[in-house]
Parts: sequence; structure tokens; C-alpha cells
Amino acid sequence: MAHKLLIADDEPNILLSLEYLLKREGYQVTVARDGQEALEAVENDCPDLLLLDVMMPRKNGFEVCQALRADERFAALKILMLTAKGRDTDVAKGMALGADAYMTKPFSTRDLVAKVRDLLGGSAGAAP
Amino acid sequence: MSRQKKTDPRLWWLLGAAAAVSVLWLVATLGLIASTFGPEQRAQVLGLLGDRLALISLTWAAGMAVIAWGLKRWFDLWVTPSVQLAEEAQVLLRTDVVKPLQPKGNSETKVLVGLFNQLVTQREDLRREMDDKVREAARGIEQEKSRLGALMSELTQSVVVCNLDGRIVLYNNRARLQFRALSQSPTLADGAEMIGIGRSIYGVFDRQLVAHALESIHLRMARGAGSPSAQFVTTTRSGQLLRAQMAPVRASEAAPGEPALSGFVLMLDNVTRSFQEEHQRDQLMHGLTERSRSSLANMQTAVDMLALPDLEPEMRERFLGIVSEEVSAMSRRIADLAHTTTQGLKTRWPLEEMLGSDLLLAAQRRIEAVTGRSAPAAEVDASVWLHVDSFSLIQALTYLSARLVDEIEVRFLRLRLQSVDGRARLDLVWEGHAMSTETVMSWENDPMRFGTESTPLSVRDVVDRHGGEMWFERERLRHEAFFRFLLPLANASEQLEAAQILGSESRPEYYDFDLFQGVETDSDLDDRPLSLLSFTVFDTETTGLNPSQGDEIIQIGAIRVVNGRLLRQEAFEQLVDPGRNIPAASIPIHGITPDMVQGKPRIGEVLPAFHAFAQDTVLVAHNAAFDMKFLQLKEASTGLSFNHPVLDTLLLSAVVHPNQESHRLEAIAERFNITVLGRHTALGDAIVTAEVLLRLIPLLQENGIRTLREAREAAQKTYYARLKY
Repeated sequence: MAHKLLIADDEPNILLSLEYLLKREGYQVTVARDGQEALEAVENDCPDLLLLDVMMPRKNGFEVCQALRADERFAALKILMLTAKGRDTDVAKGMALGADAYMTKPFSTRDLVAKVRDLLGGSAGAAP
Repeated sequence: MSRQKKTDPRLWWLLGAAAAVSVLWLVATLGLIASTFGPEQRAQVLGLLGDRLALISLTWAAGMAVIAWGLKRWFDLWVTPSVQLAEEAQVLLRTDVVKPLQPKGNSETKVLVGLFNQLVTQREDLRREMDDKVREAARGIEQEKSRLGALMSELTQSVVVCNLDGRIVLYNNRARLQFRALSQSPTLADGAEMIGIGRSIYGVFDRQLVAHALESIHLRMARGAGSPSAQFVTTTRSGQLLRAQMAPVRASEAAPGEPALSGFVLMLDNVTRSFQEEHQRDQLMHGLTERSRSSLANMQTAVDMLALPDLEPEMRERFLGIVSEEVSAMSRRIADLAHTTTQGLKTRWPLEEMLGSDLLLAAQRRIEAVTGRSAPAAEVDASVWLHVDSFSLIQALTYLSARLVDEIEVRFLRLRLQSVDGRARLDLVWEGHAMSTETVMSWENDPMRFGTESTPLSVRDVVDRHGGEMWFERERLRHEAFFRFLLPLANASEQLEAAQILGSESRPEYYDFDLFQGVETDSDLDDRPLSLLSFTVFDTETTGLNPSQGDEIIQIGAIRVVNGRLLRQEAFEQLVDPGRNIPAASIPIHGITPDMVQGKPRIGEVLPAFHAFAQDTVLVAHNAAFDMKFLQLKEASTGLSFNHPVLDTLLLSAVVHPNQESHRLEAIAERFNITVLGRHTALGDAIVTAEVLLRLIPLLQENGIRTLREAREAAQKTYYARLKY
């Protein structure tokens, strides 16, 4: 069965690309446009992995990450943070708040796909 | 001399003793002789002598007279002169009277007198020498003080010196301007309600903040730090950001264990603007890094998708759209950045504010000196203030002029200055030949040379230093050509500050070091000597004499007197819109016409500033009851109560000169020989009143009136006061 992915980012331009890319990789993809929406989507869809942007309106990525990690139900959820904040203090904060991995924008899609596959235990989504 | 006629009582005693001794001797002699006689002989001798008793008495009296005369002579010659000499010497010893003692008495006493006189002369010489030395030293100190004051007043750093009570002992012009910017009503009191000699610095800074800084200085001093100082940044009530650096003023003679401070120096920087610039720079950095990263990420991902071989045409279109959208967003961002950086963030070279016409004048002189050609400044916008490094800019102008004259034989040069689109245009114009772009480029980029002197700078460097630009342009029609420099303008507040610095002609006195000695702040104001009080001497001009019937204040003028000095720099002068007509009959008196008060603040705005100006002082006015009535009638509407102690120079004058007919201000001023300038403006009258007050204080002292309480009580008792109240 295909892994379920949630992409949370407020930039429609990257959202479109990532959605296309990851669907093409065989994942089942949903999207959220801000932090609040992301939390609700996690509640409803129980995804296996969350691609989480830091700078978002309403709730930022750090808050979303913290809220999810405080909830036992989502212990299995993998969180991959994506951010334009390149300072190492931000990386440290993301990891401390419970992110499983951290990627700094801009990144290559190949690296992203590899990282996602890695986090989901080596197995890809169903082959397209 | 009357003293000489008085006979010394000891003379009488001696005389009495001599009489008694002689009588005793006579009686003893007679008795001895009588004891050798038989009874008959004794009766016979007694009979013989008894008849001649008067004769015996006579010789005895004659003998006594001789003795008395001798004694008197002896006293006059030996005793009395010594006694008198002692008295006179006492006078010389105990008082400052200097007069030679008269030689008298015997020759030994005369020698003593001579010695005394020599000693007195010697003492006087010593005393005079000492006085001279003291005066010399005092003059030296005075000179040093005024040199320090002069130095401070010219400093572009703002400096405030306070004593340990936080009272301002010294401040400079720059500080005054800075405080003016902090004032909530800067146009009214000119900031003088915040900064002034003897005022408390705690009106501006939080007491705790200053105390904390002082404490850390104490700690550092205790640790033996060489130059202990402390720093703090604070926001003021008007929202400005000030950085203050504090250094101690050490006490010259501190007892061990005592605090070795007698005050502190604050150096103030208004960092509001640089802080804002810093903030702006941060935002730019943020824009450059984070937002660009996002954009790049968006592009990168879209490009990766575009690289997929099996992309549907429709998706390809969308990804291409994303790429071009992000590219234009990035371009926009970079254009914005470039725009903002050229507007102020780029220039790091320390530039000064300068009036454009001053710069041109200086440049003109320099060009004329170097090239021998005149370079008049024509078409100059006199209101343009520049933000420039005047030295290097004048060098560049001179260098270009010299090359024009030397290499293309230009004869007529001209300077031109305008302000266009937020930048200054400074043109060096000449008539005749134009030149090629290559020539211009080489003139621009060659290191500047003046005769044999060369500088490492090129004209281009100078232009870059200003964040400006420079080019060559031709006006064919007028057969002219010019180099045009685009230069930054000074911003509005800097223009104002610089204008004010230029405006102060004489060097103002902004210090009173006597305040370091500390004022007895703990004693009740009423019991403090008049000479140590701070006064606000003021005067009002009004539409008429009856405030209760609608007359209003149209001008307030005030001046401060602190520690017995009139502080001319710390004045308050404000026209007030009375909100009613000004009776034509009153205009000749105060000279204020309705159009002068038009657009001026109303009394409700002016009184708070005046109240702040007069804070912690004694209010003084001539016929104060009149002015106070106007102020007090406004208490309800402004909520400000003028409950300061009040002194009236009219009443005080009546105390000092009860027999004078007139106590009008003019009459008193004449009596004291005070030159009256600008009489019948509120400030002019206030200054005259202050001069009067300063002359009244010593006269009051002579009458035993020293403290504020005594002055108020004495004033109440005068005829004039009884007439009024």
C-alpha cells in the first residue's frame, strides 16, 4: 500500500511541484497551506510523513512540530522540515522539537526523494 | 588723646602707699625719740611741736607732692606708653587695620614701637603676597573653567556633567540640541525645560538606571580599574533611543572609605536613527537570504520537474510559469535592495552637515588660490544643506578646475548648486571647450595631484565616498559644459541642528561648577538662603488687566537664575494665541499685533511647557500678584497648579528702599543702573526683573533677610503689600 504524505507549505509554487513529484514517486499526497491546516490534515488523514515548511502563516512549522510531538497518537509520524532559514540554530531547534530530518531550501528534488524514502524505511511508495 | 589724661589707678595706689609709709615712718621716728624722754620733756616737746603741727604737715605734704610728681613722671615715661602700646598692638593684631604706631615714652619703648611697626609691615607684605598668589590661582582656575566650558561647548559629542544628586553642573550645546529633540514640546521651551544648570537629570533618565550605572562604576573603581565607565541604552518619554556612556568625576580629596566620586559625566548618543538603519539592514539581509532561498527552492523544484522526460505539456506550461514568476520576484527584490542601499546605507564614510553655500564659498576661494581664475558661485539654492566630506570634495573641485585651466585653457569658471529629487546637484561650469569621454574618464580616475603634491584619492573615490555620482555634460546652446556631482542632502533634523549650532554667536555658558559643592537639598526650601536658590523669573504680556473678565496672556517670557547667576541661555519665550481680539489700545504697550499671534499655540499648550520649565524653582515676577492671577485662573482648565513659592521684586524693592517713591520696574532698573534692552517684550522684562533680583539679594542680606521665608515675610509687611492684599 502506498505511503501517505502531507505537504505543508504556504508557497503554491513549490506545493505544485512537490505534489507532482511525490505523486509521481507513487505516494498518496495531500497538501496544506498553513500550519493550522496542516494540523487538521494530520488529524484527518493520519499521514506517514509530513513535509513541513517553517515559515507559514497562522501556525509556523516549529509550532506544528511541537504540537504533533506532544500527541502520542502521532508518535509514528515522520516529520521532515523544509526551511529557508539556513542558520544552524534553526536546524538545532527543529531537531530538538522532534523533527526527524531537516532540509534547507533550495534543495535538489533527488535528495528530497531520497530522504523521504529513507525516512519511510527504505521502501518506496508503490511503483508508478 | 583722652586716654592720656586718664590717670592710671595704679598711680593712686602707689601714691597712697607712699603717703601711708611716710606717715608711718614719721610716727615711728617720733615715738622712738619720745621713748628716750622723761614725762616732763615729753610734755614739753609735745607742747613745742603741737603748736607747729601745721608746719610738719606742710613739709610732709610738700614731700608727698614731690613723690607724686616723680611717680607721675615715671608712669608717663615708663608705664603708660607700654600700656597704650599694648592696646594699639592688640588692635593691629586682631583686626585688619594697618597704621604705624606713634613712638612715645622712653627711648626703649620707642625702639619697641619701631620694631612693632616693622613686624606689621612685614606681616602686611606677607599677606599681600599671599593674596596675590590666591588671586592668581583663582584666576587660573577661572581660566581653566572657562577653557573647559569653551571646549565642551564646541564638542560635537553631547556631554552632560552632573553632581551626585543628579543635578546638572555642565552641559554643552550639542546636549542641549539633543534634549530639545527629546522634549515633548520642542518648539515651546526649546528643550530648556529638560536641560539646564541645576536641573535634575532624573527628569530625563530613570533614577534607577543612573543609580545602577553609578554602582557599577563604584564597583569598578573599588576593583582599581583605571578608567571605570558604564553604559546604558534607554528609551525616553518621546520614544527616542539614547545610548549614554557614564564616566566618574572623582572627588579631588576623598577621605579613605568615602565614595571617591563627586559626580558623573554622561556622553549621550541618540541612536534612534542608527538603530533604525540597523533594523532596516537586518530586514534587507532577511530578504536576501530567506526569501531568496524560498524562491530558489521554488525554481529548483520546478526546473527538476521540467527535466522529467515524460512531463505532460500542460504541466510543463505550469512549471515554466512558476520559474518565470520566481525569476521576476527575485529581480524585483534585488532592485529594491539596490535602491535602499544607495539611499543611505552605502555611505560609511563619516560625512558632515554643511550649508551648501558655505561649501561653495570655500571651494571658490580654494579654486581661485590654486588656479588664479575666479570661480564665482552663481545660481545657488541657499537653502540646500549637504551631507558631505567637505575637504575631499573641495579637493576634487579644485583638481578638476586646475586641469580645466591648465589643459584646455578654460578662463571662466562658475559653481552652481541646486536640489533636485532629494539630491543635491553641484555643477562646475565652464565656457567653451567640451571634452572627450576618454579625457573625462582619465580625469575622473587619475589620483588627484596638486603641483608636486599627490593624493591617493581620485575624483571617483571622492564621489563614491559620498554614495553619489559625477558626469560630464554639455549645454550646446549656451556654449557651456559642466561636471555635475550628485551629492546627498542632509536630512531635515540634521539641517536644523547644524543651523542652530551656527546660530549661536557668542559662546554660551553652560556650566556652574559650584554645584559640585552640593546644595543642601534636605533643608526646607523656605529655610535656604536666597543666594542658593533656583529662580524662574518671568513676565507675561496680556490683552488687558482683568483676567477674570476675559483678558488673556499673549506672551510669556522667562529666564533662570541659579546660584546667583543669570542663565541667559536658558530662556523661555513664547507668543500665545489668546483666542480673542487684542485691544488696539494695548498694542502700543506690548507691541504684539493680532497677526503675530496667529497660528501660535494656545495657552493650554504653552502652560505645560512653562510649568515644566519652572519646575523645582521659585517663581519671581515684578508685581507677581498680577501674573500669578493669570496663571492661576488657568489651573482648572489645564490641571496644572502653579503652587511654586513666589517672590515679588516690587515688594522686595519696597523692603530695601522704603523711602523711594516709585517701585516701577523702570525706576528700580534706573536706581540699580541696569541697562534696559528690549523692554516690554515678556523676555526683555523678565531679564530686567532678574537683574533687579540679583541686586536685591545682597541688599536684603544687609537688612538681615537671608532665607526665602524671611524674604516672603518681609515682603508681606511692606506698605505696598498691605495696599494690595
